[in-house]
Amino acid sequence: MTDPAPVPKLAFRGVKKHFGRKVVLDGIDLSVDPGQSLVVIGGSGTGKSVMLKCVLGILRPDAGAICVDGQNVVGLRGRARDEMLGKFGMLFQGSALFDSLSVWQNVAFGLIQGRKMPRSEAQDIAMENLGRVGLGPDVGNLYPAELSGGMQKRVALARAIAAKPEIIFFDEPTTGLDPIMADVINELIVECVKDLGATALSITHDMASARKIADRIAMIYKGRIIWSGSRAEIDDSGNPYVDQFIHGRAEGPIKMDVLKP
Amino acid sequence: MTNPVAAVGRVTLAFMATTGRLAVFTGQTLRHCLQPPFYGRLILRQMVTIGYFSLPVVGLTALFTGMVLALQIYVGSSRFNAASAVATIVVIGITRELGPVLGGLMVAGRVSAAMAAELGTMRVTEQIDALTTLSTNPFKYLIAPRVIAATLTMPCLVLVADIIGVMGGYVIGTQKLGFNYGSYLKNTFDYLEIIDVVSGLVKAAAFGFILSLMGCYHGYHSRGGAQGVGQATTNAVVSASILILVANYLITELFFAR
Ligand SMILES: Nc1ncnc2c1ncn2[C@@H]1O[C@H](COP(=O)(O)OP(=O)(O)OP(=O)(O)O)[C@@H](O)[C@H]1O
Ligand SMILES: [Mg+2]
Repeated sequence: MTDPAPVPKLAFRGVKKHFGRKVVLDGIDLSVDPGQSLVVIGGSGTGKSVMLKCVLGILRPDAGAICVDGQNVVGLRGRARDEMLGKFGMLFQGSALFDSLSVWQNVAFGLIQGRKMPRSEAQDIAMENLGRVGLGPDVGNLYPAELSGGMQKRVALARAIAAKPEIIFFDEPTTGLDPIMADVINELIVECVKDLGATALSITHDMASARKIADRIAMIYKGRIIWSGSRAEIDDSGNPYVDQFIHGRAEGPIKMDVLKP
Repeated sequence: MTNPVAAVGRVTLAFMATTGRLAVFTGQTLRHCLQPPFYGRLILRQMVTIGYFSLPVVGLTALFTGMVLALQIYVGSSRFNAASAVATIVVIGITRELGPVLGGLMVAGRVSAAMAAELGTMRVTEQIDALTTLSTNPFKYLIAPRVIAATLTMPCLVLVADIIGVMGGYVIGTQKLGFNYGSYLKNTFDYLEIIDVVSGLVKAAAFGFILSLMGCYHGYHSRGGAQGVGQATTNAVVSASILILVANYLITELFFAR
């Protein structure tokens, strides 16, 4: 409170992205303060994953700026980009585990390749992180194809946090998990963010999860952030779009592109 | 709608775009192949998958090629009483042309396809994106080891193919066509020049580069799920095969045109 305007850890300023004629992001403005956990909610196909990929340089935005620690990262290359990526951990929506490597090698990948850590040391850290997501050491020597979808998600989570990143992206961390495991993951995210002092940006459709892990919640619709506020404010946002989404109603201002018979 | 001029323009533009993209890709690949650090472990593993596991295919190809070559040349050359040239023509044909070209084409079918499928799957399941976010350059980690391994391994494979091919000719020549063991061997080595073998090995290295580059390029740029990966695999094999044949002509011209 003493610092009137802390530099946001991560800020989007008018970020736009289109694929062909399809506009996906239409001027995203959003910022996350250091140590904060922001959850972005929004319908399927509204560009949430695209938003994260723009930050990581996997996709290049057409316009706008994305600032990490006050520095624009759009179009960074070479060493500057590696340095920037070293601050991030990402849990991909589809897990994206390397299927030619065993589970522990997946988790240790960022440590061995990115940080040049000796393999034995990295293996210990990997096993420890696997333990945190509830997977025993025997799982470490399996290959991703031998795991269930939920287990893959947990391995991906362990990989995202293994290098103790400053900023962590969770793209739908709880989809495909049973309710109990989902809650375990939620707690784990809260704990990681607290322990590491990390800044988190999560994407979810799962309101229970959002309420648990968010300090702030933002809603994306038609390529823009249409509402953002603290976790407590979400129930009386007064925004019909947000209300429709959190109560999961088919009727409301958000029209799904489905043809009624 | 179907303005022919527009269609021609579209095709031209698409061709130029692809050429440009391939040129940039090749440049990037070369840079990462020549600049340290190198991933020795990965290169070694690729050499085993490319080299060792291609031995049966390449060996069988060479064996039967050598055998059929001896038969055909015997039939052809006895028409003008030159049957004693069989051994010489077999060895020159195998080392200069058939060893590297057929070996290259067989390995292209096996290895380019596998590379395109593997990298393509990694692309569509976002593993390549995950690699970048873990501060690892996919060119360094995925592509350079494959290209280096293929370029180094192909000459070894082709050398083995040369030996097996000549042996195939020898077996047919001595067992079926009635040549004397000693004179067949003598004819084989008397007229063989170093350049025959060396040019074949240079071709092999070039083909190894081409087939791995095509496999990686099509896999890396594949999109759109299983169908896209299938398409990438086909494109990799077809383009690798055609480029191998084109390169074969160019290298031959470089070595032997006077
Ligand atoms: N590489 C791409 N090429 C073309 N279109 C793309 C690409 N990536 C995403 N899109 C399009 O952008 C839109 C947003 O995709 P995105 O993956 O961000 O959705 P999302 O909000 O994450 O949805 P979900 O909640 O279902 O994961 C989609 O309509 C998709 O068709
Ligand atoms: Mg998504």
